[in-house]
Amino acid sequence: MEIPVLAWQGLVILAVFGITLLIATYSTYAERVVAAFLQDRVGPDRAGPYGLLQPLADAVKLFTKEEFFPSGANRWLFVFGPCLAMTTALMASAVIPFGNTLIFGNGTEIRLQAIEVNIGMLYVFGVVSLGVYGIMIGGWASNNKFSLLGAVRAAAQAVSYELAMGMALVALLMVTGTLSLREIALQQYNGLWNIVYQPLGFIIFIVCAFAETNRTPFDLPECETELVGGYHTEYSSMKMGLYLFAEYINVFVASAVMSTLYFGGFSFPGEHLLYDVLLKSQGELFAHNTVTILGTITLFAKIFFFIFFFMWVRWTLPRFRYDQLMRLGWTMLFPIAIVNILLTGAFILFFGK
Amino acid sequence: MQLTNRRKHIEKKPMTLMERAYLPAVTKGMLITLKHFFSKKATIRYPEEQRPFSPTFRGLHVLKRDEQGRERCTACGLCAVACPAEAITMVAGERKKGEENLYREEKYAVSYEINMLRCIFCGLCEEACPKAAVYLQADKMAPPRFERDEFIYGKDRLVEPVDPNARSKRGIQLTPEQAEALARRMAGIEA
Repeated sequence: MEIPVLAWQGLVILAVFGITLLIATYSTYAERVVAAFLQDRVGPDRAGPYGLLQPLADAVKLFTKEEFFPSGANRWLFVFGPCLAMTTALMASAVIPFGNTLIFGNGTEIRLQAIEVNIGMLYVFGVVSLGVYGIMIGGWASNNKFSLLGAVRAAAQAVSYELAMGMALVALLMVTGTLSLREIALQQYNGLWNIVYQPLGFIIFIVCAFAETNRTPFDLPECETELVGGYHTEYSSMKMGLYLFAEYINVFVASAVMSTLYFGGFSFPGEHLLYDVLLKSQGELFAHNTVTILGTITLFAKIFFFIFFFMWVRWTLPRFRYDQLMRLGWTMLFPIAIVNILLTGAFILFFGK
Repeated sequence: MQLTNRRKHIEKKPMTLMERAYLPAVTKGMLITLKHFFSKKATIRYPEEQRPFSPTFRGLHVLKRDEQGRERCTACGLCAVACPAEAITMVAGERKKGEENLYREEKYAVSYEINMLRCIFCGLCEEACPKAAVYLQADKMAPPRFERDEFIYGKDRLVEPVDPNARSKRGIQLTPEQAEALARRMAGIEA
């Protein structure tokens, strides 16, 4: 009985890994299409129907480009940088609950989540923070002033915004009382979505998520106009591709985390009603599995909306200046996050959630 | 001095709280871009779709044939004289016996070359031609090429095909009488 469950769980892990990569791949395509649409263009439409093979063409292009090592670069670290960026980006999606459980006829119950850990949110936080090492190492090893400046900026930015992000999260944890992403999702499945309790926290979180993923308006580490290409100035071929790819995986993970933490994860309106109707007509097994599958679809819809939101913002807002970035992080987001904690605490104290 | 009333006086003043909060302005910007997301796209997918030419567009030259398929050009050289860019050169020759079905007049252009790099597509050659032989087509242009000498268009690329259906629609399709009348009139003006 033990082995089939483990095998199923292994399958889920592989599926999560594959889906993460697939979504990141098509994010590159979606980014270009969204950018084009927002600028009254049509975007790539030549490779395959609607240009759907464009990511494949991009990958072939990147793989066939020359592997370039700048003189004076630390070769080992130069290769290690993009690898680390990619690895940490991929690791984060492991704890995200993509759905409730599926139950089979023989009583086997599998969770639609690669790994369930009771400190899931801390794990995501830690792994995503490690991602900045990939950028720092890459920028340092390039032996290039622009790369180093980009890396320094990335580090400073990560430190500044992780604080506010963590503070926003603390307020959320006071409401939920758990760090497990699955528990948080289930609480919202049974009650109201956390956005109702934590609107201010969500705004802080999403702004910090933009900064953490190095997306516009916080893409100072790679701003072309000031730093050539920032930390990946010296990178070419697939090492460059890995950096770009890691960014899209981070966007996917950030979207998934935001959907899970604030927008109910795999819960959707009317699920209990649907469950009751199906329970009466089809039986418990069918009802449970149907609601789970619909929930997974809902979660992906939420994730795709957030990915679109990331791109929408990127092609709307200009980049912050460096001093503006720091001022926003330290003098606005950080105090607001602390006030948010106090407010949440007062609320819990006086109204009992 | 003020030429227009469009000048705006800009004053630098500290931002209000609303402006410093960023989010209202951000929302406004996002709604503007969202409007463009659903707006009509300006793209023309080139090889499949083509931008319509203006009806008065002056593009690639064509040397016309008359309704019997004979070349109209008589190598008078007026187009070359009229050309401000000196793009046209020609060599005249005499029509031999048995070539009456090829050339309309007794004198014809043995070679007729237009250098498309020199040509400014002003259309003066078209206006100068007494035989209604040279026209600038409204639907074709000289495409880009790799070599400079490929831009010198000879008769092989300028004379329109014999098949009446494949001919250029550009140019007045004169009857011989009309062309004759035109030539006489122009001679009269010059006299």
